[in-house]
Amino acid sequence: MLIVTSAGEVYGIILALLFAVAAGLVGSFALMKRMLLASDVISHVALPGIGLALLFGFNPLLGGAATLFLGTFLIWQLQKKTGLATEAMIGVVFAGSLAIGAALTPEEDLVEALFGRFQTLSLFAFLLGVAAVALIIFVILRYKQQLLLGLFSAELAAATSVRLNRLDLFFLLTFSLTVLVGLRFMGALLAGALVIIPATTGRRLTSDVTHFLMVSCGASVLATGLGFLVNRTLLPHASLGPIVVIISAVLFALSLLYRAS
Amino acid sequence: MLSAPQSPLLSVHNLSVGFGNRSVIRDLSFEVAARENLAIIGPNGAGKTVLLRALLNLVPYQGAIRWAQGVRLGYVPQSIAADRRLPLHVRDLLKAKADILKLPASSIGEAVRIVNLAPELLDTRVGVLSGGQFQKVLITFALLGNPNVLLVDEPTASLDELAQEHIYELLERLRLERGLTVLLVSHDLSVVYQFATKVLCLGSGTPCYGPPRDILTPQTLAAVYSAVPKFYHHVHDSGAHRD
Repeated sequence: MLIVTSAGEVYGIILALLFAVAAGLVGSFALMKRMLLASDVISHVALPGIGLALLFGFNPLLGGAATLFLGTFLIWQLQKKTGLATEAMIGVVFAGSLAIGAALTPEEDLVEALFGRFQTLSLFAFLLGVAAVALIIFVILRYKQQLLLGLFSAELAAATSVRLNRLDLFFLLTFSLTVLVGLRFMGALLAGALVIIPATTGRRLTSDVTHFLMVSCGASVLATGLGFLVNRTLLPHASLGPIVVIISAVLFALSLLYRAS
Repeated sequence: MLSAPQSPLLSVHNLSVGFGNRSVIRDLSFEVAARENLAIIGPNGAGKTVLLRALLNLVPYQGAIRWAQGVRLGYVPQSIAADRRLPLHVRDLLKAKADILKLPASSIGEAVRIVNLAPELLDTRVGVLSGGQFQKVLITFALLGNPNVLLVDEPTASLDELAQEHIYELLERLRLERGLTVLLVSHDLSVVYQFATKVLCLGSGTPCYGPPRDILTPQTLAAVYSAVPKFYHHVHDSGAHRD
């Protein structure tokens, strides 16, 4: 039995695996920033956009992107102006997004919007996705030291000429872009999960920041790859998102067997 | 203006810092000469840390802060302001600063040597360092980039007496050997008396500034702290004692 049957499917699986790398990297920093739960919720804000797009007949990804980036900017502004934690801000602004999105999205499209589906990709969509992933990886690696120092001590970072406000915005935008790339595979409800769970597994298994980033990416790629195989061979009628998330959770459970030295 | 040394390294004029409606520092003026060890003292909430942050340009302020040309600042924040649960080794931390400031890789080894930081600590996680070791790491971090002024915020909070002594001796050695100017926030008046060349006190009354012998008197301290802290010194002694 052939697992992939067309170029569009090959594009799809390659982009899904690249997304997994980006999710592992971004998730590692989100974990260190203690905004993992926020990460989960932020993906929900794409849902109203997807719902509106489906209602009015334009590309759901565009609708999702519009509300996602609008929401991200709003979080950044509120965080700057009120001084509250990102987590609280995201909770305040976006808990309602899921409800609004669910109300707007036509019922027949709701499951796919929430949980994702493996899709074949055109070459253009594939290249666009690859460019987005390349940008995410570039931003994280380019600003890795600034991010680490900002996490260790905001004061020290500021005194070392790190512009923390700008860095926060870059990180939030990178995070939203990651969610956006993952939206079509994982759905609005679970796109954040691939950011959260592999990073948690990575943190559990490592005590060194470089190893942490590598293991998070590895766990994310493994879960996505295995999820695709299971979806294709054993559970062809299920959504891809939940399968990947379940495998991620199993990998995390296995990591609990490892006793750190 | 509080006492003016010749050709000051730092000149602060009518500095005011506030947050919302709360004024923390009001109309503060003072000057610091090169190679001074200025101790900033005062009760909690007097604005000592805020003053350091204003001098580093980390908080908005009114008034003028002028550093002499060629000044390079190193900052040692309060250790409690750092997140030690991150999966970071000492080397990661030092490398982060060296990379951000585009310093050569050799600068890390140089700073480690200056502070006499045990090389094995480079591969130790920041989370398992003792309080004294962590403070030395923060000083090493501050020395990266070869600063000529160190701003140090409560370097010995939560350290035992031996470790406190060690840190102050290290700062004094850096000042004497490397010609550093040190601006130090401290609660420990005995140490201030021993190491500081000048004292700036912030508190409820008018700010005061001068040599420790003139400032650390029961009358001045009573005005600064609204009650005399448990400290006195003998006028004929060069040292100081706690009650």
